[in-house]
Amino acid sequence: MKKLLFLICLLTSTMAFASSAVHLDKAPTNLGDKQSLQRGAKYFVNYCLSCHGAQAMRYNRLQDIGLTEQQIKDNLIFTGVKVGDIMTNSMSKKDAKAWFGAPPPDLSVIARFRGVDWLYTYLRGFYRDDARPTGWNNTVFQKVGMPHVLYELQGEQVLHVERHGEHETQKLVLAKPGKMTPVEYNSMVADLVNYLDFMGEPAKTTRHKLGFAVLLFLGIFFVVAYYLKKEYWKDIH
Amino acid sequence: MNSLTRLLGWVDERFPLTSTWKEHLSEYYAPKNFNFWYFFGSLALLVLVIQIVSGIFLVMNYKPDAGLAFYSVEYIMRDVEWGWLIRYIHSTGASMFFVVVYLHMFRGLIYGSYRKPRELVWIFGMLIYLALMAESFMGYLLPWGQLSYWGAQVIVNLFSAIPLVGPDLSLWIRGDYVISDATLNRFFAFHVIAVPLVLIGLVVAHIIALHEVGSNNPDGIEIKKRKDPKTGIPLDGIPFHPYYTVKDIVGVVVFLMVFSAILFFAPDMGGYFLEDSNFVPADTMKTPEHIGALWYFNPFYAILRATPPLFGSPLPGVIAMGVAVMIFFFLPWLDRGPVRSIRYRGPIYKVAVGLFVISFISLGILGAQVPNPLYTVLAQIFAVIYFAFFFLMPWYTKIDKCKPEPERVTG
Repeated sequence: MKKLLFLICLLTSTMAFASSAVHLDKAPTNLGDKQSLQRGAKYFVNYCLSCHGAQAMRYNRLQDIGLTEQQIKDNLIFTGVKVGDIMTNSMSKKDAKAWFGAPPPDLSVIARFRGVDWLYTYLRGFYRDDARPTGWNNTVFQKVGMPHVLYELQGEQVLHVERHGEHETQKLVLAKPGKMTPVEYNSMVADLVNYLDFMGEPAKTTRHKLGFAVLLFLGIFFVVAYYLKKEYWKDIH
Repeated sequence: MNSLTRLLGWVDERFPLTSTWKEHLSEYYAPKNFNFWYFFGSLALLVLVIQIVSGIFLVMNYKPDAGLAFYSVEYIMRDVEWGWLIRYIHSTGASMFFVVVYLHMFRGLIYGSYRKPRELVWIFGMLIYLALMAESFMGYLLPWGQLSYWGAQVIVNLFSAIPLVGPDLSLWIRGDYVISDATLNRFFAFHVIAVPLVLIGLVVAHIIALHEVGSNNPDGIEIKKRKDPKTGIPLDGIPFHPYYTVKDIVGVVVFLMVFSAILFFAPDMGGYFLEDSNFVPADTMKTPEHIGALWYFNPFYAILRATPPLFGSPLPGVIAMGVAVMIFFFLPWLDRGPVRSIRYRGPIYKVAVGLFVISFISLGILGAQVPNPLYTVLAQIFAVIYFAFFFLMPWYTKIDKCKPEPERVTG
């Protein structure tokens, strides 16, 4: 029995270690913050949508984050499509393959695949690497095919590798500042990631709200069911 | 009221309505000492209904086409009225089905519900479990995500390990050399028509067989042995309706609370009920880093991976995995204990069950991990315990020192 307990302890402890691949920063996102989501939507259509598509997402779904159809039409649609259309880009798959090696992935559910922390770290993890065809590399996505689209805003980072014997620490250093300060850039990325999270599952907020109502109903139903059972069973000994 | 009674009489002359009601509900006498473990049978039936109803609504909007499937699921999640709810009900229901069925099977194990004369109840139940595995495996391909695709690829490839017919067999299952649109269409047909029909038939057989022999109970004694001499009703029996119907409603409500908590607040269950990698459309050119099984297959998946190959063939693993599932069928004949219930079994059996549960859960945890040499050794140890539980059962149940069974059921 002791051996067994030891084995179980061993098992759980090794599992805890196994999951530490790349350190991800916690994304400060909040789906309840509509201002942040609206800013994120603006960044998304400006910076992402020229290469990536979001074919599961309709423009008019942005009404969920507090925009009117007119606002969406005036500020967020650049390709002349209708407000009920899906978010596609104008780049052909053939061109995309020739330019980037592979067509950029659709971003509709990217937040559900990668998770917000990964995205938040990734979009802040680009650094200069002349060995790469695009001139850019990334700390969480080695040899990434995507160039640093937001470099004008963030500036140029370089990767400093310090060796302490066996250990190696990597540190990103801002070599050339961009239009935004690091704090501004981080908050912009947070907005964008917040939006990607919303787009991954637009019904998420509704889901949570409905969940409380359903659980409340079941809670009341439980009391009724419990006393009904008690009443019927009182003569069974 | 009078006209209703007349209508009932009219029906009863033509169809056994009242007698069926009596036989299966109002005059089906179940032991009065059912405990917590006895909720899971009726809950399994509830989940079956949930899956069928939510499935019907999904089929109305889903497109079984390799080019459209992935985004048709997203279309259900976004553009179909309450589509996200329907889809999450179905995905949560799939996992909860296995939770409930595993607990139901565990109940049968510890109280000896498979013992004579309930062998057929157990066998029908095992067939339900097999059908359920097929149902979930084929259903999992339908969202056409990366794990759907590669998971199916791995599992169907296992069939090619069978000597002689293997490669042709897997080709026949897929309808193509790789998982493709042809596979998706046939899996869809099986998932929505063939297997559900089989499942419903088996569930009916399971219940008819149960009601023929009567329910077992936590004491593992036959309530039919002691009947009221005047009425012929078992002294420890109570009519299923209303007693167990009202009791099961309480179980249903608690179950639905758990179900809803998952559905509304964590439908992914941290990547176990809906895996992250399955939110990437199937890509025939890109193998995912880690192809895991669905969580409820993980114990068997761990056994498959932990069995060493023979001459480079994964056949031993496939056989071990097959035996790990099929061995349950033989439980009624492997168990030689003089008593049914764990309550009156001796210490050896209790330790054996404890070890079995630990090894089953540990194999499940190990099956979910990226393999490494340490995990493989651990999985091998737990697999040996798993098989020993069954293969040594005829011996240790016989020599175990059991306590005497009571005459009547206890609390």
